Amino acid sequence: MRTRSRLAALALALCPAQGAGAQDLGDAARGETLFRHCKACHQVGQGARDRVGPHLNNLFGRRAGAHEGFRYSKDMMRAASGGLEWHADTLHIYIENPKNLVSGTRMSFDGLPDARDRADLLAYLRRFSADPSDIPEADPTATGTDHTVDPEILAIVGDPEYGEYLSSECTTCHRADGGDSGIPSITLWPEEDFVIAMHAYKNQYRAHPVMRMIAGRLSDDEIAALAAYFGSLDQ
Amino acid sequence: MTFNRRAFIGTAAAAMTLSAPMVRAASHGKPRVVIVGGGAGGATAARYIAKDSEGEIDVLLIEPTKTYYTCFFSNLVIGGFRTIDSIAHSYGTLASEYGVNVVHDWAVGVDRDARTVALAGGGSVPYDKLILSPGIDFVDGAVPGWDVTAQNAMPHAYKAGSQTALLKAQVEAMPEGGTFVMVAPPNPFRCPPGPYERISMVAHALKQTNPTAKIIIADPKANFSKQGLFEEGWEQHYAGMITRIGPDFGGQNVTVNPAEMTVDIDGEVIKADACNVIPAQKAGRIAELAGVTEGNWAPVNPTDMSSKADPDIYVLGDAAAQGDMPKSGFSANSQAKVCANAVRGALTGSRVFPAKYANTCWSLIATDDGVKVGAAYEPTAEKIASVDSFISQNDEDAATRKTTYQESLGWYDGITTDMFG
Ligand SMILES: Cc1cc2nc3c(=O)[nH]c(=O)nc-3n(C[C@H](O)[C@H](O)[C@H](O)COP(=O)(O)OP(=O)(O)OC[C@H]3O[C@@H](n4cnc5c(N)ncnc54)[C@H](O)[C@@H]3O)c2cc1C
Repeated sequence: MRTRSRLAALALALCPAQGAGAQDLGDAARGETLFRHCKACHQVGQGARDRVGPHLNNLFGRRAGAHEGFRYSKDMMRAASGGLEWHADTLHIYIENPKNLVSGTRMSFDGLPDARDRADLLAYLRRFSADPSDIPEADPTATGTDHTVDPEILAIVGDPEYGEYLSSECTTCHRADGGDSGIPSITLWPEEDFVIAMHAYKNQYRAHPVMRMIAGRLSDDEIAALAAYFGSLDQ
Repeated sequence: MTFNRRAFIGTAAAAMTLSAPMVRAASHGKPRVVIVGGGAGGATAARYIAKDSEGEIDVLLIEPTKTYYTCFFSNLVIGGFRTIDSIAHSYGTLASEYGVNVVHDWAVGVDRDARTVALAGGGSVPYDKLILSPGIDFVDGAVPGWDVTAQNAMPHAYKAGSQTALLKAQVEAMPEGGTFVMVAPPNPFRCPPGPYERISMVAHALKQTNPTAKIIIADPKANFSKQGLFEEGWEQHYAGMITRIGPDFGGQNVTVNPAEMTVDIDGEVIKADACNVIPAQKAGRIAELAGVTEGNWAPVNPTDMSSKADPDIYVLGDAAAQGDMPKSGFSANSQAKVCANAVRGALTGSRVFPAKYANTCWSLIATDDGVKVGAAYEPTAEKIASVDSFISQNDEDAATRKTTYQESLGWYDGITTDMFG
């Protein structure tokens, strides 16, 4: 985890102008068009296979250089052994200019300098990462929307102070420092995804029994309060 | 770093008119919270009050031991899944990062009129609000023939640390085909699945090195927590090894003889090679000394864990009689956060939010075979009441059980960070 927070800090240092890139969900439809930049080497989606580059299914939460059967560059393996993992923040840096993150990478790609483009592309790629049916299986920055929530509920502005109090119930299990052994990290989670996921547990769409119980008794306002508090931490 | 007795006595001497060394907390300028017991309830309360009040409240934690061994996961030490060092925690971060004043001493009395706590080492400390989270003590005479002087021959291992290590060593030293006896406690007691997780871990250890050994449980209760899950697991992993004698067969009618290492269960005398006596329990003695107990436990108000006997005293964790929550580390931690919010509100006027409580207890039956039970709780007029619950299913697949076990590892890291920083 230490590596991960160092990388998060690096992300801020490298892209000072664009704000919290990891938070920016982007437009997946536009991202699909942008994927044409990647198509020559990468496949994604059902039946995707390794080509010049590894396939990109389940990319979020994957450890760098860990996709079995693919031969990575030495530099990528070195970054991997240093703990590099693919989350929204590290991917942002990598596709802005791959050599910024892994200097000897074999990925010959000039990068996407525009933060909007990157966010859109990542929004598209997120669709092919772990099905977020349950927190333990999915990377928090990868979770897409698995069901819809009434826009009125999404629009509720939460009380962050109440959210801070409520969050103390989360930290009995989820570590505030982002540690994720056995129980997933919930830091760096996009606010809207958080709200949707909590409602998915509350409405018993997601399976995890502890989370169903915890979310089940949170009111819409309380979920919004938690989101407001967690959101305030990322700034 | 900690409470300075000389300075304290100096202050007390200056307050000439006081017969005992008493200083009103008000003289510190800041409100003061004194917490007795640095376990699951007390350490969490100390950390949250200190963290959230940002220096507005003086937090003093009285705890005799410098190293706290969690009871949770102590059974896994006996099973060989954890080392004793991996369940040891110090108070260093609470002191250095959060500014909690940690005093390593025993609290030996509470003067509720003067609002002071007396320390075994002499002197006393004043409080505005007092939080008691002393855990459990054993009911005298609960198991005829056993008292704490017998705890080396027949360990309870129900407070973790040297007792855990001792019981583990005694299991390992059992002769081939020997007999392990557990005397299980009556309700209510700390960690309802604890004795049965322990049986699983003892069986696991014996299966590796002494597979013909036998395990006997004398149990005064007709039923126990996660019974179906444990019994299924025992059948699957340790078939023929474990016999439980319930109240139908005199499991409540037990006398032990630690000198002879024998256990008399309803008239039948068994020679034990290792014997784990877990007696009936009551609130840690300081709760009784403070006069906040009724019977064995300290009744509290469900909204904020304040004592029904004294609005300036709060009782957390195992010692409290609160209603439906089991006596667990998770519960104590959950209660501590509600209490911390209420105490801070009372002393500094910060916002007080509604109480929400929860508990989940994971248990390990065998390698990668984890199960869990949990519930959510809310305050009602009379008690903390269970509102929703869940339990692992009997025939879950191995992958689910493994995930459950891994989840418990994550929870352990989570809760100990939440307690100690
Ligand atoms: C074998 C076993 C397994 C368990 N497994 C789990 C589990 O998996 N999950 C779970 O949630 N719970 C588990 N528990 C239960 C859990 O350990 C307790 O419920 C929890 O520790 C209670 O917290 P507490 O704050 O009330 O007491 P404790 O954590 O026991 O803390 C009390 C502290 O107070 C101190 N103290 C006592 N008297 C005084 C005094 N007069 N002055 C100063 N200090 C004093 C003690 O030294 C101690 O450090 C288990 C328990 C056992 C025995």
